[in-house]
Amino acid sequence: MTKQHVTTSINGDEIEFLCETEQTLLDILRDELQFIGTKEGCGSGDCGACSVIVDGRLVCACLMLGVEAQGKKIETIEGIATKEELHPLQQKFIDHAALQCGFCTPGFLVASKALLEKNPNPTETEVRYWLAGNLCRCTGYDKIVRAVLDAAQEMRGASA
Amino acid sequence: MSITEQESAEMKVVGTRISRPDGVDKVTGRARYGADLMLPGMLQGATLRSPHAHAKLISIDTSRAEALPGVKAVVTRDDFKDQPSEIVAAGELPVNYRDVVRNMMAREKVLYDGHPVAAVAATSMSVAKKALKLIQVEYEVLPHVINVVDAMKPGAPILDENLRTQGDESAPDTPTNISKRVQTGFGDVDAGFAAADIIVEREYDTEPVHQGYIEPQACVASYTEDGHAEIWVSTQGHFLIRSFTARLCGLDVSKLKVTPSEIGGGFGGKNNVYGEPIALALSRKAHRPVKMVMSRNEVFRATGPTSGANMKVKVGCTRDGKITAADAVLNYQAGAFPGSPVMQASMTAFACYALENVRVVGFDVVSNRPKVAAYRAPGAQVVAFGVESVMDEMAKKLNMDPVEFRLKNAAKEGVKASFGPTLGPVGLVECLEEIKSHPNYSVPLGPNQGRGVASGFWFNIGGETCVNMNLSEDGTVALMVGTPDIGGSRASMSMMAAEALGIDPKSVTVSVGDTNALGFNFLTAGSRTTFASGKATVEAAQKMILELRSRAAKIWDISVDAVVWEEGEARPASSNAGDFEPLTLAELAKKAPKTGGPIAGHAETNVQGAGPSYASQVADVEVDPETGQVKILRFTVAQDAGKAIHPSYVEGQYQGATAQGIGWALNEAYIYDENGRLENPNFLDYRVPVASDLPMIDSIIVEVPNPNHPYGVRGIGETSIIPVTAAIANAIESATGKRLLKLPMSPPEVLEAIEGNA
Ligand code: FES
Ligand code: FES
Repeated sequence: MTKQHVTTSINGDEIEFLCETEQTLLDILRDELQFIGTKEGCGSGDCGACSVIVDGRLVCACLMLGVEAQGKKIETIEGIATKEELHPLQQKFIDHAALQCGFCTPGFLVASKALLEKNPNPTETEVRYWLAGNLCRCTGYDKIVRAVLDAAQEMRGASA
Repeated sequence: MSITEQESAEMKVVGTRISRPDGVDKVTGRARYGADLMLPGMLQGATLRSPHAHAKLISIDTSRAEALPGVKAVVTRDDFKDQPSEIVAAGELPVNYRDVVRNMMAREKVLYDGHPVAAVAATSMSVAKKALKLIQVEYEVLPHVINVVDAMKPGAPILDENLRTQGDESAPDTPTNISKRVQTGFGDVDAGFAAADIIVEREYDTEPVHQGYIEPQACVASYTEDGHAEIWVSTQGHFLIRSFTARLCGLDVSKLKVTPSEIGGGFGGKNNVYGEPIALALSRKAHRPVKMVMSRNEVFRATGPTSGANMKVKVGCTRDGKITAADAVLNYQAGAFPGSPVMQASMTAFACYALENVRVVGFDVVSNRPKVAAYRAPGAQVVAFGVESVMDEMAKKLNMDPVEFRLKNAAKEGVKASFGPTLGPVGLVECLEEIKSHPNYSVPLGPNQGRGVASGFWFNIGGETCVNMNLSEDGTVALMVGTPDIGGSRASMSMMAAEALGIDPKSVTVSVGDTNALGFNFLTAGSRTTFASGKATVEAAQKMILELRSRAAKIWDISVDAVVWEEGEARPASSNAGDFEPLTLAELAKKAPKTGGPIAGHAETNVQGAGPSYASQVADVEVDPETGQVKILRFTVAQDAGKAIHPSYVEGQYQGATAQGIGWALNEAYIYDENGRLENPNFLDYRVPVASDLPMIDSIIVEVPNPNHPYGVRGIGETSIIPVTAAIANAIESATGKRLLKLPMSPPEVLEAIEGNA
């Protein structure tokens, strides 16, 4: 079968790959490019474990085709921390024990980052509804919601 | 967040909230789970599954699949030797090898929608999927049975012609779906009911629910031509994966090395083998590594949900609120093969109560569903829906506060537990008192709002455990345990090791060893990890301390008895022992080559003395009278931890267990069509709670120490799921006056209850 050539940007680096037309962006990230931090929990858009940011929008990588990445800017969990330090969300997830098995964590962090970029001062309810597309079976969400609210507060303080 | 922790003056590390050692890996995407290993030359495996609930497997023709370019191996039932009947412990439920081989890959018959029939390994997933379509299977479809009560009826379709009811002398010697009858209890139940002023008797039904871990089962298997093999797998017990896979593939156990990956949730569902022997058989044929990753559809159709059940519960009481008798009959679905947790259900059913007359009869029943697996406090959560609903109704009839009623009849130290032994120190009364005095119990309720309470009991377990502790040359410590870390146990292990050694937990690095690195370890299950691996860790630390004291004694040339270990250093026991400067761990590590070589501690033991954990909960709900929708307004959990090593992760267990219970109560269920095909094998139609469904979950850590653990640990992973469904049912009753006898209490069911008698 003929593969398509795709040029895209992932976490600021220009990346080229060859892609079967039916491969999803998630398949490409994980199997071809070894960005294994993005997880597959369902493959059908129902769990949010594969959350990535594409041109500033939060999407499920399992619902987007690899070929659609052409010319796009993609951010994954691997791009969230700066070289020197963790992103405040990452640090707050650790501080609040907002992960148990940690499998959902990359998706929650990417989704939370997208939230705080849109809305730096969300209410608890806004956090809960924004993150309703991300499933966590371990934590009951309590500590995740607290971590996001705490990170938002810290980030507002830092940018004030 | 309210925490009632008894700050323990002597402990410096235990009870604090350190950052977990694997935290950074998990928030940066570095942590490697089951599907994250890539090996050179690796093939993709895929499984062909039965579309039928019940059928004879007449023939399987794989020739066209084998001829497809890119296909490197195909396996069917013919690639696995049959196994004789032999029952072994696997996690919290016993299994029979004869059934394990049949569940892994169908032999004479397929017994449920999703039952594996064949598997392929190919150069890509798309080739593997094409190959599956080329396999021709001839089935002879048989009548099937899904419902547990139907499966017990005479004339029901029979799954296994050889099955007879064990433990029931009156059962006829004819084929049946009832694999076992169990009975527990003591006293004279009939006399107890005769002495009762009030009797409540009800029948309940529950549906199977899935553990719902977000990471699907995944493994990579690699077989080499000299008969050695390796498996990388997401599992709660890599030693059991080794035993089962070696057995099913005909390998010497020691030739198979199993390495546990990070695990993305399990809750009992990753106690068993599924694709591992298949991946290994494919690798053996293909001479290349094979990765098998389940899709979510496969996870739902073919891995363990827990039992659904039909049950009758009957309780008698005097007018002043003393229970005189308790009786229950439990019919538990086992799925396609025997082995539901009906025994655990029978033993735990009335364990929250001090009783003189109690009887529970349980039946284990097969039907055309996936074989059940353990799920967080297996069996206990199902029966608690019935028992704790009946207790609530009883309290109402007596006009007693439901917490007071439970306190009046509470199991406590010295009471003969309903499952036999006399209880040691336990914390049910303390949990109930916490609930009673918590603000949640007295917030005024608005219209359509209600409040419910319930309690739960779980045994917790110990079991075979082996750990190694090595002192590195700079004085830091490498600890290796054999129980996969599913929710932060490396943090608690480093804390217990640090506490015992008198050092900073940051100086202790904990890893989970593979099957070659340690002796046999039982699973991460039964809330045993922090208790059992923790106890073994402290034992290893004590052995290491003895060695450290003897090295110091050698350096100082005094007797080892004259050396004590305090605050992470060797000190002379008293001034009589001599006047020596203390030797720190780092100093002793540095001098180790000259004082006798490497310094280590280890423990290999079958840990006994697990401490049961009780929990009580209060739920506030609001019921929408138009739609039947139930909203959880507030939820408070009090559970006895014995001792919380890391309180944040203890709270996390209470909250996570509660959220799962809420899903069970309100939404989750397996739904089959008339052909016995699962209709909702995805997260859209099998709806687990999301963040917007839930409030914060207030967690109260009660600490009644377990005398059999050096720091008092019980085990905290399971109990808090047990009371949830009944607490919510009781709250719905308090809001609407209607008692629901069936799970899930989804909007249509609630609406029907409201309107049915309106
Ligand atoms: S894997 Fe994409 S939403 Fe679940
Ligand atoms: S931490 Fe396990 S699924 Fe969220």
